[in-house]
Amino acid sequence: MINIFEVKETNEMIEKENLDVRTITLGISLLDCITDDLEKLKSNIFNRITGKAKDLVSVGREIEREYGIPIVNKRISVTPIALVGASACKSPEDYASIAQTLDEAAKEVGVNFIGGYSALVSKGMTKGEENLIKSIPMALSQTSLVCSSVNLGSTRTGINMDAVRLMGQIIKETAEATKDADSLGCAKLVVFCNAPDDNPFMAGAFHGVTEADAIINVGVSGPGVVNTVLKKVRGESFEVLCETIKKTAFKVTRVGQLVAGEASRRLGVPFGIVDLSLAPTPAVGDSVADILCEIGLEHAGAPGTTAALALLNDQVKKGGVMASSYVGGLSGAFIPVSEDQGMIDAVEVGSLTLEKLEAMTCVCSVGLDMIAIPGDTKASTISGIIADEMAIGMVNQKTTAVRVIPVIGKGVGEKVEFGGLLGHAPIMPVNQYSCDAFINRKGRIPAPIHSFKN
Amino acid sequence: MKKTIITVVGKDTVGIIAKVCTYLANNRINILDISQTIVQGYFNMMMIVDMNDSSKPFGDIADELDQIGDEIGVVIRCQREDIFNSMHRV
Repeated sequence: MINIFEVKETNEMIEKENLDVRTITLGISLLDCITDDLEKLKSNIFNRITGKAKDLVSVGREIEREYGIPIVNKRISVTPIALVGASACKSPEDYASIAQTLDEAAKEVGVNFIGGYSALVSKGMTKGEENLIKSIPMALSQTSLVCSSVNLGSTRTGINMDAVRLMGQIIKETAEATKDADSLGCAKLVVFCNAPDDNPFMAGAFHGVTEADAIINVGVSGPGVVNTVLKKVRGESFEVLCETIKKTAFKVTRVGQLVAGEASRRLGVPFGIVDLSLAPTPAVGDSVADILCEIGLEHAGAPGTTAALALLNDQVKKGGVMASSYVGGLSGAFIPVSEDQGMIDAVEVGSLTLEKLEAMTCVCSVGLDMIAIPGDTKASTISGIIADEMAIGMVNQKTTAVRVIPVIGKGVGEKVEFGGLLGHAPIMPVNQYSCDAFINRKGRIPAPIHSFKN
Repeated sequence: MKKTIITVVGKDTVGIIAKVCTYLANNRINILDISQTIVQGYFNMMMIVDMNDSSKPFGDIADELDQIGDEIGVVIRCQREDIFNSMHRV
């Protein structure tokens, strides 16, 4: 039988170390909403989402209450809208009107975000996908809960450089369209290489076409928990360090598995995956950078950071895999800058640069995340940053992503405040040399040799 | 049988157990096990209870225990046992 010390350990993780379930994300297929009549399509989408997700928030609250574990976000992901709207939408404006429908549906059911305003263009773009991409600045400036993502490359297809070039411009336009809110629109827009179909985290969640009608995916989190246990093994060997992280990741993930199972049962929707993640928040102590410091670095970004992060990421997966029946999504340690107080501190003291962050993305769960850059950064430079990150994902057969925010009207040294879980960030310098001639080449980068596994 | 764990944490004072047990008895909640310790001057109690005979919904019981906790200056949490089993048992 459970003893008082085990109960105390769990409750201290929740109360003092910010253990939480970061998100329950309900994936909903919109494929059966498709029609060539735009108004009918929007009404189908609204009815489908509000029907399927009507109990999501209340069930989430019930689970929180009964188990005493906070569930920070309840979210929805839908089939990439570029596909859903392809036959009804003739222009970017048509697509943007679907974004408004998504926003209304999300508000109606009370979720925090809705993801899936997306296009998957890793090899080529259809006219519909191009229209959706062009509508992103409009869509994100006219809505508050819609998140957008674009998959630009994969290990199997290479990198669609035409789409990379376009996304550099789109990110700039989105920043411009939301400049009154410190270019907040860009915090809801992410580009991927090797985007997973079952990611529960925003801004990149969408309900892939490989998925069933509806599915529950859960993302767990607990950097504070890992950090606290590591304080007890200071100076110990790597073996002890790794075992400690692994055991803690197991415990954290088991809570995610429990919540996922309960949510699935109560909503009558199949369970998809648990995303084994260490996702920080701006709250003090809930930081992945702090874990890196506890492992032995003065600040994140110091020499040794990539190795420490690689170790952390791997142990989180090893511990988590046994705790969950199905694992998926992005899984690993997230390294967003604005959402992690330790990362922000490291940038402010000059320890952490964009280039070091890029190196870290080779071994972390995703990529360059929530990084504020000067508002006058050229679109081609943003495309260059994206291309680098896509190349890392493509060659290493991992998911990588870029979510940078060119903050219009602000420069290096200034700060930007996004609020809530999105946090705040110092604006980081970007390499000033040009990559125009590289980005302006047409076509795509071929898939790497090791993708031919047949 | 679905079991529930009730924990009481706070400054030690007269009548904490009495107050909680009276509430549980009035609501037909059966206590299966009690353990108690003092950690760093703080009263820590854990009860394993069976709520199957209680007519009140779980949420109401949790809210009312919360209220009793406020009255006597301790924190009372009421959680399904599964969260602890999941975390501490393979």
